Parts: sequence; C-alpha cells; structure tokens
Amino acid sequence: MATKKFMYVNRKAPYGTVYALEALEVVLIAAAFEQDISLAFIDDGVYQIAKGQNTDGIGMKNFSATYKALGDYDINKIFVEKESLDERGMTADDLMDLVWEDEDDDWAEKPSIKIVSRAEMADVLADQDVHYSF
Amino acid sequence: MAMLHIVNKSPFERVAFESCLRYVKAGDSILMIEDASVGAIEGTKFADQLKAAMADTSVYVLGGDLAARGMSEDRMIEGIKSVDYAGFVELVADNEKTQSWV
Repeated sequence: MATKKFMYVNRKAPYGTVYALEALEVVLIAAAFEQDISLAFIDDGVYQIAKGQNTDGIGMKNFSATYKALGDYDINKIFVEKESLDERGMTADDLMDLVWEDEDDDWAEKPSIKIVSRAEMADVLADQDVHYSF
Repeated sequence: MAMLHIVNKSPFERVAFESCLRYVKAGDSILMIEDASVGAIEGTKFADQLKAAMADTSVYVLGGDLAARGMSEDRMIEGIKSVDYAGFVELVADNEKTQSWV
C-alpha cells in the first residue's frame, strides 16, 4: 500500500469540547498503519500542547501527557503556527517539550515541534494528501 | 438589577464573547468558564476589548478551566478575579439575573 501524507489539523482548545481528545485517538490509530503523519496546531489548537495543564479543578482526565508519547510512534512532524501563539500572548516556551528519538542518529533526542509562520503553514497544508480537521 | 453574564466560548473562535461585551451594563458581572477562560490572559489580541469593559463591570474566571488549559493565574489581566465552583454558585446567587452567552 502506498504511503500517503496525512495531516491532522487541530484548531480547538482542549477540554471545552471533545475534538482535541478525539483527534489524539485518531492520530494514534493512524500511526499503527505506518502512514506519513503530520500534526498542525492552529488557532485555539495551540492550547492543546500548552505545558502545565492541570485538570484537578474541573474533574476531567488530563490527557496532555499523551502528546509526549507521539514521538514513540514516529510522529515527529508537529507544526505550530507562530501567529496563533502571538495572538494568545504565548511563545514557544509555553509549549510542552515534545521530542522523538532518531534511530539513524544514535537515538539522539530531537524536537518534534516546528514553529512556522502562517504563510509557511499554508505551504505545509498544501503539501499533504489527506486532511483531517478537528 | 445587576446581571451575571456567563461566557463559555473562546473569544478567539466565536463572536459570543464580543457580543456579550456589547450588551453588558455598568455594575454587571462577567464570568468566563470552559473555553472562554483563556480570554482572561494578558497580552492577547482580545485583552484590550475586555479591559475596556472592565472599567464598569466585574470580571471573573473559573480558575480550574484556566489551569486545565495550561495558563497560570499570574498571566491574567490585572483586576480579573479567579473563582472556584463555590464562587461560581455565589455569583449566581448574588446577581438577580443570569444570562449565558452560549
């Protein structure tokens, strides 16, 4: 089976709606089929990978640690739009440290997150075969 | 005849929050919950709009919703008060009327 480029576009904050959690589940399923997977975090989607999420006060399961496992499934193309961070008073420092281990480089730990401009994000999106929107 | 306005949609995603700000009256209170909680953060593209409304309204945020989205309370716009669920109930009890901007 030919490999396709799958893009999962995440545009909503976590917990207020179920989109973020559902996207994560679908991404992990897709990873099992060894496709070429990328994730984009745009608009309120950037809150999904914000560091320091604490759900004690709302009685919901904190699923943010699952994003850290993506690297173990060879999901290491995570694009975050700079303008979306700027508009929310955030910087790359506010994001979780998402990494993967490069098998071809003595398992060196490398960052999975790439901060891109809105124009670059448009190119990234245009470069995909299939898009899933959450 | 003070009214409590409850907003649960992100100000970056929907216009519900902006609509709310157009209808609040002096002396009213605004409570941000769920996805609206991120509106409490200083330095966002929405902050100036909310700060303008704060001249004559009291603004609250459900702290647990803010923490769930990774935002600490020291990043809030000055003057916004963080409340827990008990505080939420108190606000509803203290105001004669409640309107949810869903």
